[in-house]
Amino acid sequence: MNKLNKLFRNKQEDILSVYFTAGFPKLDDTKIIIRELENAGVDMIEIGMPFSDPLADGPTIQRSSEKALENGMSIKLLFEQLSDQSLVSIKASCLLMGYLNPVLQYGLEKFCKDAAWLGISGVIIPDLPLQEYVDEYKTIFEKYDLATIFLITPQTSEARIRFIDEHSNSFIYVVSSSSTTGATSSDEEKIAQEKYFKRIQSMQLKNPLLIGFGISDQQSFANACNYASGAIIGSAFIKELDHSIDLKKSISSFVNRIKNKP
Amino acid sequence: MSYQVNEKGYYGNFGGAFIPEMLYPNVEELREKYLDIMYEKSFQNELKGLLRDYVGRPSPLYYAERLSEHYNTKIYLKREDLNHTGAHKINNTLGQILLAKRLGKTRIIAETGAGQHGVATATVCALMGLTCIVYMGEVDMERQAPNVARMKLLGAKVIPATSGSRTLKDATNEAIRDWINNPVDTYYIIGSVVGPHPYPDMVARFQSVISEEIKKQLKEKTGNENPDYVIACVGGGSNAAGAFYHYLDNKDVKLIAAEAAGKGIESGHSAATSVLGKPGIIHGSKTLLMQTEDGQIIEPYSISAGLDYPGVGPQHAHLFESGRAQFGSITDEEALKAAYLLCKLEGIIPALESAHALAYLEKLNAKKEDVIVINLSGRGDKDLATYIKFNEQAQ
Ligand SMILES: Cc1ncc(COP(=O)(O)O)c(C=O)c1O
Repeated sequence: MNKLNKLFRNKQEDILSVYFTAGFPKLDDTKIIIRELENAGVDMIEIGMPFSDPLADGPTIQRSSEKALENGMSIKLLFEQLSDQSLVSIKASCLLMGYLNPVLQYGLEKFCKDAAWLGISGVIIPDLPLQEYVDEYKTIFEKYDLATIFLITPQTSEARIRFIDEHSNSFIYVVSSSSTTGATSSDEEKIAQEKYFKRIQSMQLKNPLLIGFGISDQQSFANACNYASGAIIGSAFIKELDHSIDLKKSISSFVNRIKNKP
Repeated sequence: MSYQVNEKGYYGNFGGAFIPEMLYPNVEELREKYLDIMYEKSFQNELKGLLRDYVGRPSPLYYAERLSEHYNTKIYLKREDLNHTGAHKINNTLGQILLAKRLGKTRIIAETGAGQHGVATATVCALMGLTCIVYMGEVDMERQAPNVARMKLLGAKVIPATSGSRTLKDATNEAIRDWINNPVDTYYIIGSVVGPHPYPDMVARFQSVISEEIKKQLKEKTGNENPDYVIACVGGGSNAAGAFYHYLDNKDVKLIAAEAAGKGIESGHSAATSVLGKPGIIHGSKTLLMQTEDGQIIEPYSISAGLDYPGVGPQHAHLFESGRAQFGSITDEEALKAAYLLCKLEGIIPALESAHALAYLEKLNAKKEDVIVINLSGRGDKDLATYIKFNEQAQ
């Protein structure tokens, strides 16, 4: 059984998932960041594969991607960095997140095969359309036991949410507002957001939910956890890394702050 | 073989809608409704009326006698440069804004490279009284300053795209991000036959008025509605798509797409996608794309800001792959030469983009009796600074 499925079987609340862009701040930070997130007790790690044109991302992740590419990051290099298979034995589930074009150029089947071998449990590819996935790619991802995670937003219709639920096999990524990554919401938007979270919660979907986009601190994390199995933090963590002088210290104190541990 | 889009949004191997879920409701709404709305009688009446009275259509098909003599063949220029705002772009923005209104949208966004599409969008927004926001690469804002001023004068807000290479592709990214952040009231007017389905097909249909008119006008002038060649420049490919549209299924008409080779195919400063591109995904569409081995999108180069897009529309990728259209690469220098020649022989200053189509005449080896239609997509006012600079250097 996939590590990710085990996680959701054993834990239904306060799941913390943290995103970082591979190759940022420095090219070789990948393994240090993963190790420190693991030590800090993060449940899930999303490893971002940087892309030149990240359409769904706000300024923070855009800049980290630009920097990572300048540093020389690529899927090939990322996989080399992880080639000791250290991800297999860590407790946290690891996902790859990135855009479709670099994955296609790497070769989709080769990508799945290599990722699975490295110990990756699933992938999030925001610009892979659901129907295309179902028609063309699903069997390949399943062959390598890789979960594919799809997004829903406040604008997603109920019928489509049910369709996404049917084709998801780990969790559903609930985008907290109509926005790119890293946006913050006004009080008015927060009220609408709560209604939306409640609506999704009441749909009784077969897949667990994780809420992401705009989760930046203990409060927003705790609030999201009221409506879902957990939440995903991206831009706020990238900002932390950007300002860090000591990655190890920054990462553990960041995670502790989110979990509200002294 | 069909050269039109199929029900899944594909042209052969190219097309589709590779968009994040955040955009799905908007693009899906458009896909469901665009054909019904476009071909409604009241819509067609309003569009045709505005194309006639506001844009000045039909644009003339002009027999360029001295240019024909020069090349010893028969050359007709389709004068899209005489449209209001100076290019073919307004055929599309007018169509899309009428559609946006019928979808109940009140806020219009657009991307622009050279500024022609931005100006055409700002123009129709002023006409319809809708809010207009145009994204433009910081680099392009500098090199196309007069068009920035025009957009502002027309009431548009011009927002610099400061990410990535700060040119057209980044302006397009910013417009898409804006749409993600404003899904309810906003409509995105894309400027070429690019983006997720149904945009390429919709924009081609709005531009198809070009070949519809060519057929009629050529028949009146020569007795035959079919030329031997139609030549158009290709950035994203909208003017070419419009000029080719009604000839796609008629193999006797040879279709030629002129791409920007920049400083030369091998120079590392080029936008010749058919030669340098591989299948990939850009702005929601699978097409030919200039990219690194790792799948990162490469910033193209051309002297003409309207042609430096790292991809082409998916229909053009299909026309190229299937051999239905022939693609030729024109360098900066060849385009400049062709522009100066047209100025001298015909008293017409073409847009630098359109000059790429004209330059193909040098490579065509046309016969004396051949009939060639060149789509003169725009006028050269916006390029005066470039023309003056290189003219002085030449002298
Ligand atoms: C005059 C003119 N021609 C051609 C183009 C290229 O666009 P497309 O290939 O969509 O016609 C532009 C774009 O700005 C333009 O301004």
